[in-house]
Amino acid sequence: MSANEKLSSNIEEYLETIYKLSQKEEDVKTSKISKDLGITQASVSEMLKKLDKMNYVKYSQYKGVKLTDKGLKAAQKVTRKHRLLERFLHDILKLKDNLLHDQACEMEHSLSDEAERAMCQVLEYPDKCPGDSVIPACDFKFTSCDECLNRREEEVNEVGKRNENLIPIMDLKDHQKGKVSFIRGDYKVIRRLLDMGITIGAFISVVKIAPLSGPVEVAIRGSKLAIGRDIACNVFVELVE
Amino acid sequence: MNKDIEEGSQKPKRFKRSKKPEKNADTPQKIDYTIALAGNANVGKSVVFNELTGSNQIIGNWPGKTVERAVGKLSFEGKCIEIIDLPGIYSFSTYSMEEIVSREYIAFEKPDVVINVVDASVLERNLFFTIQLKEMNVPLIVCVNQIDLAKQKGIIIDTDKLSKALGVPVVSTVAIRGEGLHELMETAIESAAQNTVTDTNILKYGAEVENRIEKITEDIDSKNLDLGYPSRWVAIKLLENDPEIRKLVETQSREVVNHAYALAREIEDIHNEPSFSVIASERYFLANQFAFGAQLESKIKITFAEKLDKLVTHRVFGYIISALVVGGLLLWTFVVGDFLSGLLSNAFSFFQPVDPQTTGTLTSILWNGAFGGIVAGVTLVLPFVIPFYLMLSLIENSGILTRVAFMMDSAMHKIGLHGKALIPMILGYGCNVPAIESTRILETRRERLLAAFAITFAPCAARTIVILGLVAVYVNIWWAIALYGIDLLVMFVLGRLAYKVVPGEASGLIMEMHTFKVPSVSVAAKQTWARTKSLIYVVFPVYIIGSAAIQGLYALGLLTPVANALAPITVFWLGLPVIAGVVLIFGAVRKEFVLLMLVAIFGTNLATVLTPIQFVILALVSMLFLPCLATLTILLKEFGAKATAIIALANITTALIVGGLAYRLFLPFL
Repeated sequence: MSANEKLSSNIEEYLETIYKLSQKEEDVKTSKISKDLGITQASVSEMLKKLDKMNYVKYSQYKGVKLTDKGLKAAQKVTRKHRLLERFLHDILKLKDNLLHDQACEMEHSLSDEAERAMCQVLEYPDKCPGDSVIPACDFKFTSCDECLNRREEEVNEVGKRNENLIPIMDLKDHQKGKVSFIRGDYKVIRRLLDMGITIGAFISVVKIAPLSGPVEVAIRGSKLAIGRDIACNVFVELVE
Repeated sequence: MNKDIEEGSQKPKRFKRSKKPEKNADTPQKIDYTIALAGNANVGKSVVFNELTGSNQIIGNWPGKTVERAVGKLSFEGKCIEIIDLPGIYSFSTYSMEEIVSREYIAFEKPDVVINVVDASVLERNLFFTIQLKEMNVPLIVCVNQIDLAKQKGIIIDTDKLSKALGVPVVSTVAIRGEGLHELMETAIESAAQNTVTDTNILKYGAEVENRIEKITEDIDSKNLDLGYPSRWVAIKLLENDPEIRKLVETQSREVVNHAYALAREIEDIHNEPSFSVIASERYFLANQFAFGAQLESKIKITFAEKLDKLVTHRVFGYIISALVVGGLLLWTFVVGDFLSGLLSNAFSFFQPVDPQTTGTLTSILWNGAFGGIVAGVTLVLPFVIPFYLMLSLIENSGILTRVAFMMDSAMHKIGLHGKALIPMILGYGCNVPAIESTRILETRRERLLAAFAITFAPCAARTIVILGLVAVYVNIWWAIALYGIDLLVMFVLGRLAYKVVPGEASGLIMEMHTFKVPSVSVAAKQTWARTKSLIYVVFPVYIIGSAAIQGLYALGLLTPVANALAPITVFWLGLPVIAGVVLIFGAVRKEFVLLMLVAIFGTNLATVLTPIQFVILALVSMLFLPCLATLTILLKEFGAKATAIIALANITTALIVGGLAYRLFLPFL
């Protein structure tokens, strides 16, 4: 991974859209992307081929498009900035709801990682944007928000960035296994999770997800737990084979 | 006595209590040993407790806390043993009331032995708590329960290995069949008689944590702090940043706290992780080692229970089954309850008419009131509550209820609660009082309060009588059903409103999905009896005194001026006759009084007294306007005066607004 690779705003917009659409289905259809971005299907295919070459997505004309690990990383990063910005514009600047999205779209590409971290701290580690979509986790090697809060700016470089992608447990697919790596939120929830065996480094898999955005049932340490969506979107794992 | 049972025989022995004539656990008697049962929820701890103590138990509250306290007595090999069933908890670290009660009990009351009941099929998670109990430095015995269910899954536990690893005796049991309990008690008595803690076998953490624990322990010991808890335990809690323990130590030595804080920061720097999280991981590391060292796991088999689980949480069938369970429970309660209620009412009316008496001497009126209170309790509360508790207990112990809560979680979110809150809400349909009491299963006070508030609108058995007796009989059944619908709507709207108004955040669902099992009827029966008993203590006195007092006041003519004063509200706003004021005041004691009083004053031909719209509005208002006296009592007990006053006020306001609007809206149709 080259840290300094600066993506064009255009690519970021594509990745963001594919990420958003891939929450609903594994392979995203070109037509949906075209509709979402308001760009012709032909131009979208063209761009997807380019992104495939750059190894951000796997694209096949018939099945649709899927983010690669590299693509997911970039997509989560820009989505995180977008949703944090929306939260910021909404909570702090009290902007009207209909202005949030476009404003955040403009700002997300120029927001530095340092500003992103500061914004997250000021907003007290929000887990959802005003539209109720989950904000992806940050890519520092923190295991909790407390750690982030306790570190000074110059210490953060020592902590470093994660190589693996973090995925909230409710996004785990059947038979995927994850290693608990980051739990967002205040210590009360974290302690309850720890007591039930969801500790940093523990292996976890999803048994089933209740419909109608109900809770997630996970298997951990030989026991099964039901975890409400609001908590499940704050438990992040790294995928393991 | 069980002397006839061979020692060391491999055959499972059924546990038998000695048949000593001790009828009542209240009777003072010399207690030889006190044993506490501790463990996670749903490991069969209550089954062990019930099997050991039988009906010889008292269920009450921990002093000053709304946490259930179950104490029982057992005579075993000539010794009188007191057994305390501690609440089911997973740890000593989240500061829930249950956890604080448990840890203070173990530290300060010092039971002779603590029996830690663990679930054989989820050993690792259970041992996490065992390790914390061991740190409390009490004589400990581990009871590996439900080995039959574990075996079905292909898990066999080597108790000797586990015992060696933990340094405490380990006994395996199938409590539901009484197997192994005799040996468990023998081991417990032996440990109690020795009353020594195996200090030598300390469970050690990883070096960087262990060294720091030892430093703080030395620090505490050298300063001779008198904390009540073992030094090593305090040291670990300080490293975990436990605020309660930190406060406790601060009162004696600020230095120790600061030292511990610095050491905790060191751990955090090494691991890039909060110290409490590091320690939890370390504990789980130990638990994992112990569990897998002792576990002879062939391979996990897919059991019938798991297939059943798939069906019950299926995206379509799951909802159908949930609906069937909830609907079935209500139907069962009403059908059986109605039948029993009718039977009992007939039996009582044989002795004396139970309609409120409004004329005659004061003593006879008071007597009539008090007797009516008893009758109301026996015929209205018990017939609905007992079948309900019994069935609830069965579906709770079987594990079905957990699945229903899992499926209904998202629906409950609409009123700021999670799936588990469904259980008390259902209970509210039978009687509000036990429903409010059972909100204790929820995590935070806010959630308990929100659930209790919604429950005060739940159409309980007494409200159903009013709706049916006034509206179904004198207007028609469709208006009765409509009122039921309005009530549910009010319950939902106000629940949602309260969720928006009451400050605080939803705590979210974290619930163990324990394995399905066949519930024991005898355990359910005992639970039902214990719960009913505690309900009787609340409801009956309130009913008896309240009914007598209100009838006395009426007979003395003290209520009529009040009713007149209320006339602007009752007559002008709600369109009711002046007498409605009196009727509603009666209804505040017991909801069904609304119907009974009208009959007592005007006879059964009420159609000549009230117009159809008045029947509907009176039923509606009496349904909503104030929780009954028994409900207020339990609210007061669980949430205090302020919350109770606010809930009562919200109820009255709602009743007046809804009643007044309904009067104006419905008038053209009636």
